[in-house]
Amino acid sequence: MNEKKPLLQVEGLKMYFPLKKGLLSRTYCHVKAVDDVSFEVREGETFGIVGESGCGKTTTGKCILRIHDPTDGKIIYNGRDISKLPKSKFKENRRELQLIFQDPYESLDPRQSVCSILEEAIVCDRKFHTKEEIKKRMRELLSLVELHQDIALRYPHELSGGQRQRLGVARALACNPKLIVCDEPVSALDVSIQAQIINLFRRLQEELGLTYIFVAHDLAVVRHIAGRIGVMYLGRMVEILDSDDLFENSRHPYTKALLSAVPTTDYYREKRRERIVLEGEVPSPINAPPGCPFHPRCRYATDICRTTMPELLDRGRNHLVACYHDGPCES
Amino acid sequence: MDNEIREISCITDEETRLKAKKRRKQNIRYFFTVLFGRGILAKISFVLVCIFILVAVFCPLLTSYTPFQQELSNALKGASPQHLLGTDNLGRDLFTRIVYGARFSLSIGLLSSVWALVIGVALGLAAGYFGGIFGGLVMRLMDAQLSIPPLILALCLAAVFGGAVFSISLIIGISAVPGYVRVIYGQVLSLREYDYVEAARLIGQGNFKILFKHLLPNCFPTIIVMFTMGVGTAIMIESGLAYLGIGIKAPTPSWGVMIFEGYKYIFSSPHLALWPGIMLMLLIISLSVVGDGLRDALDPKLRGKL
Amino acid sequence: MGNKLLEVKNLKTTFFTVNGEIKAVDGISYYVDEGEVVALVGESGCGKSVSQLSVMQLVQSPPGKIVGGEIVFQGQDLLQCGAQSKEMREIRGARIGMIFQEPMTSLDPVQTVGSQLAEVIRRHKKVSKKQAWEIGVKTLEAVSIPDARVRMKNYPFELSGGMRQRIMIAITLACQSQLIITDEPTTALDVTIQAQIMELLMRLVRENKTSLVVVTHNLGLVTRHADRIYVMYAGKIVESGVTEDIITKPRHPYTIGLLNSVPKLRRDCSEDLNPIEGAPPDLANLPNECYFLPRCPYGKQACKGKKYPDLRQVDGQEHFIACFMDIGNDEGCTI
Repeated sequence: MNEKKPLLQVEGLKMYFPLKKGLLSRTYCHVKAVDDVSFEVREGETFGIVGESGCGKTTTGKCILRIHDPTDGKIIYNGRDISKLPKSKFKENRRELQLIFQDPYESLDPRQSVCSILEEAIVCDRKFHTKEEIKKRMRELLSLVELHQDIALRYPHELSGGQRQRLGVARALACNPKLIVCDEPVSALDVSIQAQIINLFRRLQEELGLTYIFVAHDLAVVRHIAGRIGVMYLGRMVEILDSDDLFENSRHPYTKALLSAVPTTDYYREKRRERIVLEGEVPSPINAPPGCPFHPRCRYATDICRTTMPELLDRGRNHLVACYHDGPCES
Repeated sequence: MDNEIREISCITDEETRLKAKKRRKQNIRYFFTVLFGRGILAKISFVLVCIFILVAVFCPLLTSYTPFQQELSNALKGASPQHLLGTDNLGRDLFTRIVYGARFSLSIGLLSSVWALVIGVALGLAAGYFGGIFGGLVMRLMDAQLSIPPLILALCLAAVFGGAVFSISLIIGISAVPGYVRVIYGQVLSLREYDYVEAARLIGQGNFKILFKHLLPNCFPTIIVMFTMGVGTAIMIESGLAYLGIGIKAPTPSWGVMIFEGYKYIFSSPHLALWPGIMLMLLIISLSVVGDGLRDALDPKLRGKL
Repeated sequence: MGNKLLEVKNLKTTFFTVNGEIKAVDGISYYVDEGEVVALVGESGCGKSVSQLSVMQLVQSPPGKIVGGEIVFQGQDLLQCGAQSKEMREIRGARIGMIFQEPMTSLDPVQTVGSQLAEVIRRHKKVSKKQAWEIGVKTLEAVSIPDARVRMKNYPFELSGGMRQRIMIAITLACQSQLIITDEPTTALDVTIQAQIMELLMRLVRENKTSLVVVTHNLGLVTRHADRIYVMYAGKIVESGVTEDIITKPRHPYTIGLLNSVPKLRRDCSEDLNPIEGAPPDLANLPNECYFLPRCPYGKQACKGKKYPDLRQVDGQEHFIACFMDIGNDEGCTI
């Protein structure tokens, strides 16, 4: 494995959203969107987070960027805990952490031209002053994301979905980020465009040495781009493993079920494959079941699963699993 | 593919500049096509608004009388070559008074709308964006003001500020503020949840820049419509104030004052109230049509579509 | 070979807009046999959804209009009936069911699930309200909804996306539709729920001999479930055939490109994906040649200037492509 130091360490991250009611807005319970999540991301690596909607993957990303202030836990970026820094002290790191949004239609101001979107991001840096410098930087950014200069004067609604997403990437890059959280960046795009954007992400990582946290629900996409993958279920991390191990060596029953649910284009294998169709739906994070969150849908669940949450333990080869019944055999 | 694009983006500055110039020209053309694109009504309205403004500016040049010149022997006459629209109960030339009235009514209408707009939009933006105790306080204050009838409020304010054009417009403006605040507040609440506001925050943009660069421009459509409608309302409120004896004092020709004075003679000499009324109606309608056109012309989304 | 339940011949749907005529569906022909699962695959804007709305005659008019073709359903040309006719309404409700991507918009938000379901049942069967309710409970059980009796009294917003999609399926089931058209039925759902819904649909197809048309962009889903596939691009069918042929031996450059664009779960992921370069053409002004030519990696000088290629048969008995070239003859989709 590479011996690079971790750029980001998340330790015991918790994000509870209070639910309020009544005249005095009394808090009567919490939505445990993220519950005790820990992982680390090394420099230049891509860490993928997969899970179904409501599993807390997006919230985790937003906590790292300090869009939400986490309820508890540490977010150590470059050796410094940024989770409790006051906003004024966080400023110096602000621009090093960027986000790429899921919806390329909502993430661009409809009343700004491409040119002024980029200019805004560049000028904020206060490194570029003269018009010439800004223009040069703008050209640089556009060519980085393979956009034609001609579009600089257009407005977002005149661009295609792929072009918009490229522009979103260019805006993030304008800040010279070290870590980019990509929140479902390709799920709103067509298949052929999706592949173009994924390739772009990979190329930028090579050229600029970026670190990604890639949040998505599509296992195949995440496997393709990420080096390590964390699988989340109901606010908890249930398995963390190298992406090469995902298909052959995943051990958590939920990961296996997810894998089997994803239809692939491998015709002959698809016909032979045994499918695990999970019963029921994801419980609401307002009253998550006690013990392992997955036990109501798990076919291996025993008594201990219903009472105690299994810990996320290292099973060797950088493979962490939170399950009592994770024999690598049954598959 | 990669190389190709990189080559393209090394286009000389000269070429880009030319393209930018062309594009800007196109945008200006689109602006006017959309502004007038709504058929004959939009064109007429635009011309009318222009005429009203020109009349208000150049009124002394248009008539040989002054609005105060009385000729009691000639009172309450119909239209004649000397008096194009006839005379009023004191024998003053009606046409002259309407022309001068345009000056007062327009300036009060516009000025008070500007007051309302500036105060209302600023409060609405701030309350919506910062929220919390400040936002709650502003909104409750506005609710309190809404519960007082606008005319009563204006009466109280007039007693404090007096009755010059400037203070009257301020009074009318203040009474229109809550409307702006409520609408802008609601709009900002929904706009600030958009991803692009989040993105601006992530690139390190300050709160005020976000307010003025992203939230304000996206409120434009509402603001324009509210503004043009506000001008009409303001003129009406002004005439109401005049009728109650505050605001512009009687000899000063404002359309509102004229309508209420002419009202007394509505059966004998209907033209006294009719002509200023028609002018007021034309102004309000044409302003709101121009406002709609302006809203669409400023919307970049509609630009490409024509 | 079964009987043809639905046969669409040379269907053309055009939208008349300020920007000119947009040929959203430009002369497509396809058929669906009884008990068969047919997939229409393509990217957004390729006309796959419009083609299905045309079959139901639900295209918004104006600006949309079906300008030509035949839609033969059980021997009857639907286009002759007229969109608002009583017959068409009866067919839409009962004999052809339609399931959309977002079920929330297809359900009435202010009525309980039960009353909507019972209403549909009573429209098609002469039963009392009470009986209709009982049949409703049974159909909900048939689509594996737990606590069906409780669910009947729920409003649509109280249910999850997967549940709502099940309700939509229950409605088509209650009507005993012979054909179910699904437009991106699982795109809005989570992967595990997606699998549940597809299993359910496939079970209905097997048990009731229903035919299913799946409109989707998800190639994996199609590989897993469809019997035959039609691939669409810019309002035209570019390739059609049995699933096995299309997925393992694609012959049209667009299909090949699409299949290569999908990230594979197993393949070595150190290499880049092979996307199709460029973007789909502007439907308002299409070139007078092959629409895919600008993006085609094989596009030859020979293709230039020629009119749009007709569908022609290649190797398999039912394998058609609209391409001048002979690509992927033996080596499959390797480039």
